[in-house]
Amino acid sequence: MASALYISTRKGLMIYRRKANAWTHDGTHFLGSNASLLLPSADGQTLIAALNLGHFGVKMHRSRNGGKTWEEFDAPKYPAVEGGETDDKAPALKGVWALEWADPKNPNALWCGTAPGGLFYSPDLGATWTMNKDLWDLPERQKWMGGGTEHPALHSICVDPRDAQRIAIAVSCGGVRVTNDGGKTWEVGAKGMRAAFMPPDMQFDPDVQDPHMMVQSPSSPNVYWTQHHNGIFRSTDGLKSWHEITTAPVSSFGFAVAVHPKNADVAWFVPAKKDEDRFPVDGNMIVTRTSDGGKTFDVLKKGLPQGNAFDLIYRHGLAIDDTGNQLAMGSTTGALWTSDDGGESWQLISAHLPPIYAVRMN
Amino acid sequence: MVQVHFTSHLRHVAPGGAVTASGSNIREVLADVFARHPAVKGYVLDDQGRVRVHIAVFLDNEHIRRDILDHPVRADSELYVMQALSGG
Repeated sequence: MASALYISTRKGLMIYRRKANAWTHDGTHFLGSNASLLLPSADGQTLIAALNLGHFGVKMHRSRNGGKTWEEFDAPKYPAVEGGETDDKAPALKGVWALEWADPKNPNALWCGTAPGGLFYSPDLGATWTMNKDLWDLPERQKWMGGGTEHPALHSICVDPRDAQRIAIAVSCGGVRVTNDGGKTWEVGAKGMRAAFMPPDMQFDPDVQDPHMMVQSPSSPNVYWTQHHNGIFRSTDGLKSWHEITTAPVSSFGFAVAVHPKNADVAWFVPAKKDEDRFPVDGNMIVTRTSDGGKTFDVLKKGLPQGNAFDLIYRHGLAIDDTGNQLAMGSTTGALWTSDDGGESWQLISAHLPPIYAVRMN
Repeated sequence: MVQVHFTSHLRHVAPGGAVTASGSNIREVLADVFARHPAVKGYVLDDQGRVRVHIAVFLDNEHIRRDILDHPVRADSELYVMQALSGG
């Protein structure tokens, strides 16, 4: 059962704690700053926060005491290129799009996914960063492109619970890549995905796919779920192939996905009207849940606004605890909901937060 | 010596008040400041050493918009490093 919620918003990082069976606001950090992502340790003591300041770039902060104090450290840097100072195209960090713990044997090891299309490793809580050049130098990376933003964004990092050397990443737009040797070689992991936004003969090109968010089943690690720009996809063979799930009701467009920690057939999505509109279909906020691997879906709406709702849940805006019963989600219009019954019913925690980018719980 | 001022929004990393620095152009003047106040560098320059897009640089009351770092300075110049309104 989770006891803390970390809400990254346009105006700061809010922490909520579970007290007397209710979620209570327990402090706002970086007030006024654009907090884009947060990674908590399992015990909630170590927190890694990413900010994206409008004027001053991406900044990162760590706490070793659950948020009582913070220290700034250097964000990942793209390698300087010759003549880069006068070259508008030379890469520079535009955003932190993914943060994950990298190694159960090293509690200080981090993976960081970035825009444009970068993956960085730190063995020491961000004191040093190394770009994964093997991924960056892939010739196919030249086919990657921005999806919703100017630059391709590496937003999903799945570290295999069986072997931390096996890592899968997903990129908007650049498909899925997987490594079995800690990042030295990267194989295609997006076969079967379909990109309707491409010319007909290029729609199944794995390197141009737009997975919005990818998650790996902790209990059956060969199973992955993806909320893709074009719908919902599932892999049951460890990323050798994907198949499209076409049975989702209302809409299969969205950004977020969560998988049950103990049952790979159970997954949640938050649909929206595709794809330029990006708000709940007919203004009715719903969550869809499958319990049978995508054969059928439930539409869950108890406690969610029906009519004239414009809440969109971004890719990191849906979180699940380690029991699979508790969920939390935060919207672009500043609403925060939690559920204690697997999404059957939702409780509004606040309707007045800034736009929410990311929700984590532990 | 050039007088360098930073926007108050950088007060947690930049020197308080004006700081003196030397150099023949803005690049050298800023490098002199960054050598003594390294934390401010990443707030003003990006990974490639370019002035961040939403930083506004004023030299002797002139808004320098192009080839900022190469722009020559006088020994008695006054340099302001501000945040541009374009950055939100």
